[in-house]
Amino acid sequence: MVAAPLTTAAAVAAPVHPWVGALLAGLPDPAGLRPESVLAAQAALAAAGLPSRRQEDWRFTDTTPITAVDPRLLEPGAPAPLPPVAEGHQRVVLDGRAESLEGIAWPEGIEPLGDEEAQAVLGRCLGTAAAKESDWPVLVNSAMSPAVLGLRVRGAVAPVLELVSDAGEAQGVLPLRVVLLLEPEARLELLQVHLSGGANLTSVVVGAELTSGAELRHGVVATGAAGSVLLARLAIRQAPGSRWSLATVSRGWGLVRLEPRVVQSEGEAETRLRSLQLVDGQQIADTHSRVRFDGPGGQLEQLHKVVADGQGRSVFNGAVVVPRAAQRTDASQLSRSLLLSDRARVDTKPELEIVADDVRCAHGATVSRLQEDELFYLRSRGIGAAEAARLLLRGYCQEILGELPAAAAIWQAPSFSAGPETP
Amino acid sequence: MIRPDAPVLLEIRDLHASVADQPILHGVNLTLRAGEIHAVMGRNGSGKSTLSKVLAGHPAYTVTGGSVRYRGEDLLALDPEQRARIGLFLGFQYPVEIPGVSNLEFLRVATNARRQEGGEEELDTFAFEDLVNEKLQVVQMDPAFLERSVNEGFSGGEKKRNEILQMALLEPVVAILDETDSGLDIDALRIVSGGVNHLAGPDNATLLITHYQRLLDAITPDYVHVMAHGRILRTGGKELALELEQRGYDWVDAEPAVLEAV
Repeated sequence: MVAAPLTTAAAVAAPVHPWVGALLAGLPDPAGLRPESVLAAQAALAAAGLPSRRQEDWRFTDTTPITAVDPRLLEPGAPAPLPPVAEGHQRVVLDGRAESLEGIAWPEGIEPLGDEEAQAVLGRCLGTAAAKESDWPVLVNSAMSPAVLGLRVRGAVAPVLELVSDAGEAQGVLPLRVVLLLEPEARLELLQVHLSGGANLTSVVVGAELTSGAELRHGVVATGAAGSVLLARLAIRQAPGSRWSLATVSRGWGLVRLEPRVVQSEGEAETRLRSLQLVDGQQIADTHSRVRFDGPGGQLEQLHKVVADGQGRSVFNGAVVVPRAAQRTDASQLSRSLLLSDRARVDTKPELEIVADDVRCAHGATVSRLQEDELFYLRSRGIGAAEAARLLLRGYCQEILGELPAAAAIWQAPSFSAGPETP
Repeated sequence: MIRPDAPVLLEIRDLHASVADQPILHGVNLTLRAGEIHAVMGRNGSGKSTLSKVLAGHPAYTVTGGSVRYRGEDLLALDPEQRARIGLFLGFQYPVEIPGVSNLEFLRVATNARRQEGGEEELDTFAFEDLVNEKLQVVQMDPAFLERSVNEGFSGGEKKRNEILQMALLEPVVAILDETDSGLDIDALRIVSGGVNHLAGPDNATLLITHYQRLLDAITPDYVHVMAHGRILRTGGKELALELEQRGYDWVDAEPAVLEAV
C-alpha cells in the first residue's frame, strides 16, 4: 500500500478512483477526538480506490451499484413515517448527525460511553485488520468520520434497543457508527433496522465488546430498494463466558454486504450466527463472515440461508479460524440456498483455517429448489401451486425470522418493506 | 356396504402409467361405488403405490393410457389441487415433513380450499380452531401437534393420525389410504382404523392399499383386489385377504395373467 502523507486526501499523488475522489473532496475537515486517524483513513481510502473483483474478498461481488450512488454525504431529509414503537422496545433513530444522539433518555442499565473509551473499544473490536484494503466497508466509514453512538451496558436491560436508520429516497452516503461495551454479565437485546428506498449508500460499522458472561442478542433487519446499497461491518469481541447471538435478514438492496466478524479473544465463548438473504431482480447480497477463536473451548453455530430469484446473486463466504491455541473448539457452519429461478446465481464457500488438532468443525452447503415432494403434499390437500410455494418459502425463512424479536415483524410488513414510496 | 344401484364415484379403465419412462401400471380396472370399502393388496413393486399417486396427480408419474372418471368427470385432466378440492384424498404412506409451516395453518388453508370449492364460507382462525378441536377427537390427537410444523418430528403413528385428521377435516368423497397401517403399533392402528371407520359412510368410498391382513381385521372391506405386475389379477370378498395371509403371494406368479405379462 502507498504510504500516504497525513494531509488532506486531495494531496494524494496517485490517481484516485473518481468516485472515491469525489466523496473525499466533499467531506468536511475532520474534527473531534482524533483527526489524524480520520485523515489516515481518508488517505488509505484514496489509495485503495473501490473494491475490485480482482480481490479475493470481492471476487463474486459486483460493486458497480456503489458508483451509481452520488458520492457525497447524504443530507437527512424529513423523517419518513416509521411504524409505531412496539411495547418493550426503545427506539433510537440514527440519521448520521451527532445532535440526534443527544438528550436521549436511556433505559436503566444503558449510559453513553465517552468518546475516548468508545474509540478504544472500537479499536479492540476492529483489530489491526481494519487498515487493509479488504476492509473497504470499514475504511469508507472511517473516512467519513461519522458521529458515534457509544453505549455502556450494565446488568440486564429490559427493553429491546432498536436502532433504526432510513436513508429514504435521498441521494448520497449515510455513514453510521455504533459502539457497545457490555460489562460483565450484562444482557442486551438489540435490533438494528436499516431501510432505504432509493439510490443511496448506508455505511454501518458496529463494534461491540462482550466482557465475561455478557450476552448480546442481536437482530438486523435490512430492507432496501433497487439502487440502494448497504455495507455493514459488525465487529464483535467476545471474552470467555460471553454469548453473541446474531440473526440478520436482508432483502431488496441493489447491493448489500454484511460482514459479521467475531473474535473470541480467549475462547470459551458462544457465537450463534443466523442469516437470511433474499435476492430478486438484479440484486446482489453478500455475506462475508469471519469467526476467530484465540483460545480453547469456543463454540460456533452458524446457519446461512438464501432465497435467490430473478437474476439475483447471492454470495456467502464463511471463514472460521482455529489457531493452535483454540483446542476443543466446537464449530458448525451450514449454508442453505434455495434457487427459485434459472437465472439466479449462488456462490457459497466455507473457508476453514484449522491448525488446532482437537477440534470439531463441521460445515456443509446445499443448493436446491423447492422440494417437489413438499409441494405435491400441499397440492394434494387442495392448496394451489402458487400458494403452496409461498407457504414453503415462508416456512423456509421462518427458521431465521423466528430468531428476531417478535416485534421485528413490523419491519417485514409490506407497507414498510418497500421503503418510503409507500405512504 | 355393497349397493349395486349406488352411484359410481371412481371408475378406472385400462390405466397405464410410468415413472421415469419405466412402465409400472399395465392396465388397471377398478370401480368404486358410494358406500364401498376396497382393499388393494400386493407385494412391494406390484404398482399399488403408483396407482395411488397417479390418482392423486403426482407430477413424477405419467399416464400413458386409459382413463379415470371421478363422478363422471375426467380426473386425469385436473391438477392435483383441483382433485383434492372436489373430494379426492390421498393418505400418504410417508407423510412429508414441512419445516417452518405450522400444522394448524396448513390444515386451515387446506380446509378452506375444499370448502370454497363446495361453495361454503371460508373459516376464520377462530371458527377453524373450533372445528379442528372437534375433529382431533376422531384420532385422539394431542392439540399440541397443531402448533408444530407439519409432520416435523412426529413419530410414525403421529404422522398417520395427522393424515386421518386431514381426512376428517376435508371430508373426501373418495379416500385412498396408501399403507396407512405401516409403521403403526397396535394402539395407533386401532385409533387410525377407528378414524377411518368413523369417516366411511354411504356417500363416500375408501380405497385401502395395504400389505397386511391386520388392517383388514380392523376395517372390513367389501372388496379385496390382488395386484401384481401393474394389474389387478383377482377380486374377491374379504375372504381373499385371509387366503393371501395363509398362502402368501407366491401363487400369484402362477396366475395366467401374470404368465402372460412376464
